[in-house]
Amino acid sequence: MDVLSLARWQFGVTTVYHYLFIPISIGLALYVAIVETAWVRTRNPVYLRSAKFFSSLLLINFAIGVVTGIVQEFQFGMNWSSYSRFVGDVFGAPLAMESLLAFFIESTFLGLWIFGWDKLSPRLHCACMWMVAFGTTASAYFILAANSFMQHPVGIEIDAATGRPRLVDIGAVLFQPLQLITFSHVITACWLTGAVVVVGVSSNFMAKRRSTEVFRPALRFGLWALLISSIAVIVTGDLQGKIMTEVQPMKMAAAEALYDTTDSASFSLITIGTLDGHHETWSIRVPGVTSYMATGTFDGTVEGVNDVQREYEQRFGPGDYRPNIPVTYWTFRLMMGAGFILALVSVVGLWLTRRGRNPVSPWVWRLAMWSVAGAFVGNTAGWVFTEMGRQPWTVVGLYKTQDSVSPTVTAGTVLTSLIVLTVLYGVLVVIETRLIFRTIRKGPPEEAAVLAMLGRKNPLRTNTLPDRGDDGTPAGGAGRGDAEPDRDDDVLTFAY
Amino acid sequence: MTLNDLWFLLIAVLWAGYFVLEGFDFGVGILLRPVGRDERGRRVLLNTIGPVWDGNEVWVITAAGATFAAFPQWYATLFSGGYLPLLLILVCLIVRGLAFEYRGKGSTAQWRRNWDIAITVCSFVPALLWGVVFGSIVHGVPLRADHEFVGTVGDFLSPFALLVGLLTLSLFVFHGAVFLSLKTTDEVRARARRIATGAGVFATVAYLVAVIWMQQIRGGVSGLQFGATSLVVGLAGGVAVAVALVLTRVGRDGWAFVSSAVGVLALVGSIFTVLFPLVMPSTGDPAGTLDIHNAASSPYTLTVMSWVALALVPFVIGYQAWSYWVFRKRISTRQIPLPRSGAHAERQPAGEVVPEARSGVVPGARSGVVPGARSGVVPGPGSGVVPGARGGVVPGPVDRETP
Ligand code: HDD
Ligand code: HEM
Ligand code: HEM
Repeated sequence: MDVLSLARWQFGVTTVYHYLFIPISIGLALYVAIVETAWVRTRNPVYLRSAKFFSSLLLINFAIGVVTGIVQEFQFGMNWSSYSRFVGDVFGAPLAMESLLAFFIESTFLGLWIFGWDKLSPRLHCACMWMVAFGTTASAYFILAANSFMQHPVGIEIDAATGRPRLVDIGAVLFQPLQLITFSHVITACWLTGAVVVVGVSSNFMAKRRSTEVFRPALRFGLWALLISSIAVIVTGDLQGKIMTEVQPMKMAAAEALYDTTDSASFSLITIGTLDGHHETWSIRVPGVTSYMATGTFDGTVEGVNDVQREYEQRFGPGDYRPNIPVTYWTFRLMMGAGFILALVSVVGLWLTRRGRNPVSPWVWRLAMWSVAGAFVGNTAGWVFTEMGRQPWTVVGLYKTQDSVSPTVTAGTVLTSLIVLTVLYGVLVVIETRLIFRTIRKGPPEEAAVLAMLGRKNPLRTNTLPDRGDDGTPAGGAGRGDAEPDRDDDVLTFAY
Repeated sequence: MTLNDLWFLLIAVLWAGYFVLEGFDFGVGILLRPVGRDERGRRVLLNTIGPVWDGNEVWVITAAGATFAAFPQWYATLFSGGYLPLLLILVCLIVRGLAFEYRGKGSTAQWRRNWDIAITVCSFVPALLWGVVFGSIVHGVPLRADHEFVGTVGDFLSPFALLVGLLTLSLFVFHGAVFLSLKTTDEVRARARRIATGAGVFATVAYLVAVIWMQQIRGGVSGLQFGATSLVVGLAGGVAVAVALVLTRVGRDGWAFVSSAVGVLALVGSIFTVLFPLVMPSTGDPAGTLDIHNAASSPYTLTVMSWVALALVPFVIGYQAWSYWVFRKRISTRQIPLPRSGAHAERQPAGEVVPEARSGVVPGARSGVVPGARSGVVPGPGSGVVPGARGGVVPGPVDRETP
């Protein structure tokens, strides 16, 4: 394989992998912040146990999101040096802002949160998780601004001397409509992912009737969050479709495998046969829906692949401007399918668990657990669609993928790194999955244990532990009070 | 000062921040086994850096991001040219980060041992390679007129680059040992101080040689503007390392750490001043050489980024400093709770005094320190209810929650 294909494979593998973990981190950080707040407010230890349990899953997952992110940042220079030179004036800025505004916050406050249970007041401790949740969201915002620029370059001028884009309006890059819509869609999809993880994990416990005092509230909260976020994802997805048609007509045409410009274009739920516009054997079609997705009216005109291709040849010179149509067609359907199925799951789940009901059929719970897969399918398919649908461009209309690759890096080098990273990532996903399952099997900490990890002077702790002495020293017991370390933080309550 | 100068300075600051901070956690990682010695000792070491290593690592992500934003040509050339060393560093940073987080989550001694080895190796390799990479930047690598790297990995392995690699390695080991003397107590601290001596002597010598050699290499080349400054800064840095060594010997741990941090800082300072205004000298086509002008972004981008940096960097430094303040206490082996369930070999029976524990304290015996203890495994009459009230008698498979 040539350097270009290898570099593309590497980018695809590492990015899709990075993005398996990101939505969970963004979603769960928010969940943990919310339940910890509920605990601080109500002092009901059930919430603290929930926060503690889901934070273990969050942390396992977060670690892998962080370390794979570094690869993302380095590989623009390593594999795509021509690209980096070409767009450096624009593209580096959001990346640098992301580090300064998001990554520092995430990592510092997460460290404070993990190790600070007995060192910070409950409010301050809880605020740390809110900072983490803010950091993850900000990080998504900036990286998506960079990506939206690649989908639709704005705020630039082409420098006459170098032929490269020169940034003239940072506001346009950070706040272009495409970016605002993309961010809304991605962030709601992340909340959806967090919600579905809470639902799936809680279902596991509900099925076994384990720790239901913790997981029933979590389940109900998760189902409501899932309902709201899946509707939000569908609404924002619809907006995505419209703006995408505007800025990248080719992608919409490819998503529908629509070859010739059509009024009131139908939407095929599924097609058997080839997608080259000639050999369709059978398909289920809903009239007018593609037109609606692209334009907002059921009889709007949608441009076909062949027409956009002709138009692009006139604008950009001869060449093939069509992305891989089967990939775009099917990933688009997978993503939308996931959205509708998950919305359905939330409605059914809310119905079945209404007013304290607790289904006995193991199938109900099993399906709820499997719905977690839907979020991964939706996220991955969505990105593959977006990125493959953009081809052959890296920066649409300005710079092609084939020109982006590092010119002097050899295929052997890229192959080495592709193999090393793929193998490493493969091993890590096994370790991570096993740790996640182990943590789930272990279940949430008991009430006494979570309260005990708070500092001894923590008001919320003494409050709920009535048999403690006023001064916070243990009352009675095995008479080993003299062995008690004398300082509050003498023993690390939370340690590696 | 022009914007280009400012960004050269800011990037130097980011790398300096990275080396000063991650420098000591690389050092702690390398010293995990020799200074940690047994399970408790190793956990003391890990806990000294636990809350901060991730924040330290973000400095390198920011340095790379800022380089991309301010000097995209430099970013492109350095990262594609230094492909293989950077790949190795990446792999190490990945494994190392996960090792910190996952080590405590397994149940067997073997599991922990494997991650310990991973931490040691994956701290050692980047500590060496970052020096090699910076040594190579100073030395120069073959670039062609369009700034693309045209050499092989061999071009990153000049004797000078290797020396700088050994320098950063020994300097980080020293810096880590000094940090440990500041953050630990008793035997762990004693072992750290012993190692600091050896590493400090080696680092001081390597430091002074490298600084002088650096002048030799860049001195003859046109564009050297601050040779004398670089030499002075470099020599001062070498002296700071020696002073840190002396301060550690006499037990002034805080000042010793400040001094070794100054040593690391001065090394980055010396490297950047000797380079200025170049950022990547070429040993191939002279037209390939990158400097702060032909590598830079447009003035507009630099202006935007300057405002962003000026607005945000003080906050970053502020809250990072606060987190160091929150975790300022020394950590000792007796603060380490009992090992996790499954670590049968190391589990302590109830009420028995652990050898290292002074004054009869059963480490971790205050069950308040064992979050995650499953009910059911907390023995003793009625003790499952409020372990905190049964000081000292909660042994057994403790499912200690770890980050
Ligand atoms: C669980 C995740 C998930 C779900 C259920 C959906 N999406 Fe989505 N979608 C994403 C996750 C996602 C994503 C991963 O977040 C993408 C990839 C890139 C992006 O901007 O967001 C995306 C991109 C994306 C794009 C491409 C934007 C572009 O390339 O410019 C469109 C048109 C839609 N979505 C539309 C929809 C519609 C109409 C949905 C209705 C059900 C839907 N998505 C559900
Ligand atoms: C996390 C979500 C993302 C996923 C899953 C994703 C996925 C992909 C995939 C699969 C490719 C390969 C396309 C092909 O080979 O045909 C690709 C290419 C690329 N994407 Fe993305 N991408 C994501 C986000 C981003 C972002 C945020 C950026 C910019 C900051 C970006 C920049 C690129 C670049 C530079 C390429 C390489 C050129 C190419 O092969 O198209 N991607 N991406
Ligand atoms: C190709 C483009 C991408 C690059 C260059 C990139 C870069 C990075 C880096 C360097 C980190 C580590 C930060 C740390 O140490 O704290 C990271 C983590 C993270 N990234 Fe990415 N990333 C990319 C894609 C994405 C996308 C598309 C999103 C969200 C939509 C995202 C969201 C995050 C978040 C939230 C984290 C924090 C860690 C975690 O939550 O697990 N990234 N990324």
